[in-house]
Amino acid sequence: MDVFKSFRNAQGGETRVLDDIDLDIRKGEFFSLLGPSGCGKTTLLRILAGFEQPDAGAVLIGGRDMTGVPPNLRPVNTVFQSYALFPHLSVFDNVAFGLRQKGIGGAALRDRVGRAMETVRIGDFGTRKPDNLSGGQRQRVALARAIVNEPEVLLLDEPLSALDLKLRKELQVELSNLQETLGMTFVFVTHDQEEALVMSDRIAVMNRGRVEQLGKAEDLYERPRTAFVANFLGQSNLIPGKVQEVGPGGAVVMTDHGPLRTVYGADLNVGREVMLSIRPEKLRMERDDETEGNEVRARVDDIVYTGAENQYLLEANGQRLVAFQLNSDIGADEDFDYEEEVALYLPPASLVILEEG
Amino acid sequence: MLTLRRFFATLGPGVLWLAVFLIVPVAIMFGYSLLTRTDLAQVGGPLTLESWGRVFGYDALFREWVPDNLRVLGRSVLIAGFSTLLCVLMGYPLAFYIARQPARRKSFLLLLLIIPFWTNFLIRVYAWILILRPFDLVPSLTATFLGMVYAFLPFFVLPVYSSVEKVDWRLLEAAQDLGAPPAKAFMAAVFPQTLPGLIAGILLTFIPALGTFVVSDILGGAKTALIGNLVQNQFGQAGDWPYGSALSFLLMGAVLVGLWLYARAAGQKGLEELI
Amino acid sequence: MTRRTHPALSAWAWLVYGFLYLPILVLIIFSFNDSKFGATWAGFTTKWYGVLLAREDVREAVTNTLLVALSSTLISTVLGTLVGLGLWRYSSRFRLPLTFLLVTPIVIPDVVMGVSLLMFYSLVRGGLELTGWTFENGFWTVMFAHVTFQISYVALTVRSRLAGYDRSLEEAARDLGASSVQSFLRVILPLALPGVLAGALLAFTLSLDDFVVTYFTSGSGFRTLPVLIYTSVKKGVTPDINALSTLLVLFTVIAIIAANAIMRPRAGRGGEA
Repeated sequence: MDVFKSFRNAQGGETRVLDDIDLDIRKGEFFSLLGPSGCGKTTLLRILAGFEQPDAGAVLIGGRDMTGVPPNLRPVNTVFQSYALFPHLSVFDNVAFGLRQKGIGGAALRDRVGRAMETVRIGDFGTRKPDNLSGGQRQRVALARAIVNEPEVLLLDEPLSALDLKLRKELQVELSNLQETLGMTFVFVTHDQEEALVMSDRIAVMNRGRVEQLGKAEDLYERPRTAFVANFLGQSNLIPGKVQEVGPGGAVVMTDHGPLRTVYGADLNVGREVMLSIRPEKLRMERDDETEGNEVRARVDDIVYTGAENQYLLEANGQRLVAFQLNSDIGADEDFDYEEEVALYLPPASLVILEEG
Repeated sequence: MLTLRRFFATLGPGVLWLAVFLIVPVAIMFGYSLLTRTDLAQVGGPLTLESWGRVFGYDALFREWVPDNLRVLGRSVLIAGFSTLLCVLMGYPLAFYIARQPARRKSFLLLLLIIPFWTNFLIRVYAWILILRPFDLVPSLTATFLGMVYAFLPFFVLPVYSSVEKVDWRLLEAAQDLGAPPAKAFMAAVFPQTLPGLIAGILLTFIPALGTFVVSDILGGAKTALIGNLVQNQFGQAGDWPYGSALSFLLMGAVLVGLWLYARAAGQKGLEELI
Repeated sequence: MTRRTHPALSAWAWLVYGFLYLPILVLIIFSFNDSKFGATWAGFTTKWYGVLLAREDVREAVTNTLLVALSSTLISTVLGTLVGLGLWRYSSRFRLPLTFLLVTPIVIPDVVMGVSLLMFYSLVRGGLELTGWTFENGFWTVMFAHVTFQISYVALTVRSRLAGYDRSLEEAARDLGASSVQSFLRVILPLALPGVLAGALLAFTLSLDDFVVTYFTSGSGFRTLPVLIYTSVKKGVTPDINALSTLLVLFTVIAIIAANAIMRPRAGRGGEA
């Protein structure tokens, strides 16, 4: 454990941009801050970089208190969303900027800049000006300019958002590999849930200046704790209900669709209002009722064909539900029709109980 | 975030300078406009609205309304307005001509336009004495108009030109395609696009024309005295600073009304673009 | 894009150009006219240039004009550049009043600016006399007045030069270890430089050209070229003033062409990044 940060109430205007954020980022991990625009993730990153000061609380990097330390004296470097490459300097001079500030020159400078440029595969662009580079190349220069300083933490502010989809996917993989090779701590800000899921060791999902949930990608997806997380990462069906029965194997929740069994909630009190969440791809659509329970009668309202899967919009006891069914050949003749009455099976292991409604 | 320290490192010195050498003098001028003239270029108490009364045509004791000053103001507005109109007639087509030339020729034509623009104002006005004197036209109203148009024409053409350059000519084709005859198509499709530049140009011509005293002083003589001459006179021979101050406010007021009308038409962004 | 231009439009345009250059041409011709009163052509001569150069007051006015222009440009360029930088860097709620403050010196009629400064200086002098100090209107009063109308032009030129650049450039420099002074010198100033130079050039020209504000703030002992020309013209046409005007026109043409040559190669670059 190497990095500890806690801040309270970075006041931006009248509203609380960050409210009691307490994060612990480990050395050498790829850590993502994920959230919608305006959730405070960029402010948090700027506080780490030293561009803004928290109103209360402290930032510790490698055990040292960074509060009040100006950005130029912090052992962190940033890859800016707009790249912020110096337009009047060549690629080489851009990458060399930080080292020159530290007084490094001559062969050592050329060597380190050269290696950083090789690492991100822009070795041949040294004499070019940033204006003559493509978006992807600029991105790499920005990356080289930051990692050449060997910071303790590399901060990345939505660095891929300006690129087109294909390039973005390529660079996602490259960034992940780069982080593994360098063993550097990456703090990555993004609003793209897929990006965060693909690249990160751990993710902090942020909403309205708070961390909603912190964990590995799989934890967040499979076991969202709040409705916000359930819907910000992927899609979810939310079903309100009341706890009817609690046992060692989970709980039974009474809903509009009848009693539903889940493996979660063994510690809940009977009678409590809860919200159940289930991913659309975990719903199983069947033609006939089977008698294993946890089934809901529904009618197909609409079908969206997306290639890899069929997405069914269903109506069940006055509630809208969504189900994704894989478009595999094996089930080709099992496609459902408009208006068809179906049975939905909700596996108890996939029914998550959210912390709040 | 703009902290006090950052303010003093960047905006501060300049803002402070303008506060001392622009805001304070205008405030002092307002103070003077409420004082009374005691002797030549001397002022003293009591505080009075007399100068302001005179600006709006009343005599010293507010008994009689003699609209002589208003006549001067009206004349200023008319002369400035007519000069501006002449600038529009001469400059608007010129802007189109320049904008539709090939790039190299365009920059040459612009250079030709800028040279008189940067030539000393007094020389530009003075040159007309040389031309008009043989025709016995100095001083005269005609000379004033010629001098005004000559002095302010580049102020008009440059903003109009930058508007015309941005015109989307496909709209003209679209209008013609929809059956409009050429003149109508121009008015419907092109003219509105040049309107921001046209208004800016008119303002940039009208405002200095309204405030000038040099042109009428050199070319016009006493019969074409404008409000600028009236102000100058109060700080020269007449030596009536309170009255001159009040007149200055009248002039500033006229300019502000013009700017306000422009800002309403073009918005805050337009106001910034104007400069 | 090249398009056909109607012959009438071309003719009109050249008429207007004729109108713009007729007076300048007449000036130049008359500066070589061997006639004291200049109404008719009396043969070619360059003697007025000799007369002009021999005039002590002309040389003094030239020196005064240049001194005022150089020192006021220096001050206004420093102040204006900082203001432009601040306008670019901070989008605060003071933006509107600031814009207003900067636009005022540009749109205020110069006669109003001149007389208000005249009264300001006279009041300051009155105040200083009580303490035993005093000053005459002259170099300093004129120079300070010029700075006042120059600042806005420099600030707005610098701001519009910086407008295309990302504000995080400065943060990037700080992030890479530059102090705020270093980041200004190594990143912001090089980027703003064409704007700073253009602003300085504009300020310099405005100072050279100014008559009205100088007229009201200069007092009797201190004359710049425009004031000298004005007083001469008021007294009547003298051929050596034609010669002076011709020289000034020549100077303007050279300055504009030189400025174009300096600005052109840098103008196209940057901005989109």
